[in-house]
Amino acid sequence: MKILYFAWLRERVGKAEEDVELPASVKTVADLLRFLTGRGEEYAHAFENAKVIRAAIDKVHVKPDAPIANAREIALFPPMTGG
Amino acid sequence: MMQVRITDQPIDPAAETVALTRGRSDVGALVAFSGICRDSEDSGKITSLTLEHYPGMAEAEISRHIEEAKARWPLLGARIVHRVGRIVPGEVIVFAACTSKHRMAAFEAAEFLMDFLKTRAPFWKKVESAGAENWVEAKEKDDNAAARWERGAKRKAAE
Repeated sequence: MKILYFAWLRERVGKAEEDVELPASVKTVADLLRFLTGRGEEYAHAFENAKVIRAAIDKVHVKPDAPIANAREIALFPPMTGG
Repeated sequence: MMQVRITDQPIDPAAETVALTRGRSDVGALVAFSGICRDSEDSGKITSLTLEHYPGMAEAEISRHIEEAKARWPLLGARIVHRVGRIVPGEVIVFAACTSKHRMAAFEAAEFLMDFLKTRAPFWKKVESAGAENWVEAKEKDDNAAARWERGAKRKAAE
């Protein structure tokens, strides 16, 4: 699965995007955040406050309970601060 | 005419405004908003802002809000231009304008578009101040501003 990171999430993870092999147990965005948190120190730091992290599947905002099975790309990012 | 544009070049609000009415005489109202990089915030002087965005989604999300605005108000046109990259104080961060036959629709739709742009369009600001760089934190008042447009909500926070 292609995962994209933006802003301070990108800086903490240390990369803008990556392809991650996901176990079958990872079914929703919330599952994905829990899974990524366990991938190492930088991920644990990036996702330590998981409730503020927003997600988009194929460039559309989704909630934490959104299923990820048919996603082409999942983007994870902090609350937006444009404008 | 491009309704939504993201650019790393300076935005010219006058040129963007003129483009909305050029060659047409049906427009009775035009409301244009420019968001500009200030030179200071509570914590001190601002050297620059750096805007990051999610290419593809930023355009798509703004376009969805323009379609929603067109469904809610009788608009004749809308245009949003957002800057990305490094910006210095005095430069325009975002330009948003709406046209309609009458002023109320143009005023309300422009405000609606800006409220949603602040909270739903995937852009992130980093501020450089006194040699340090920090990501700007989302503000609750921006979420509240967007929430008042939810269907069924009171139209104005002041009411």
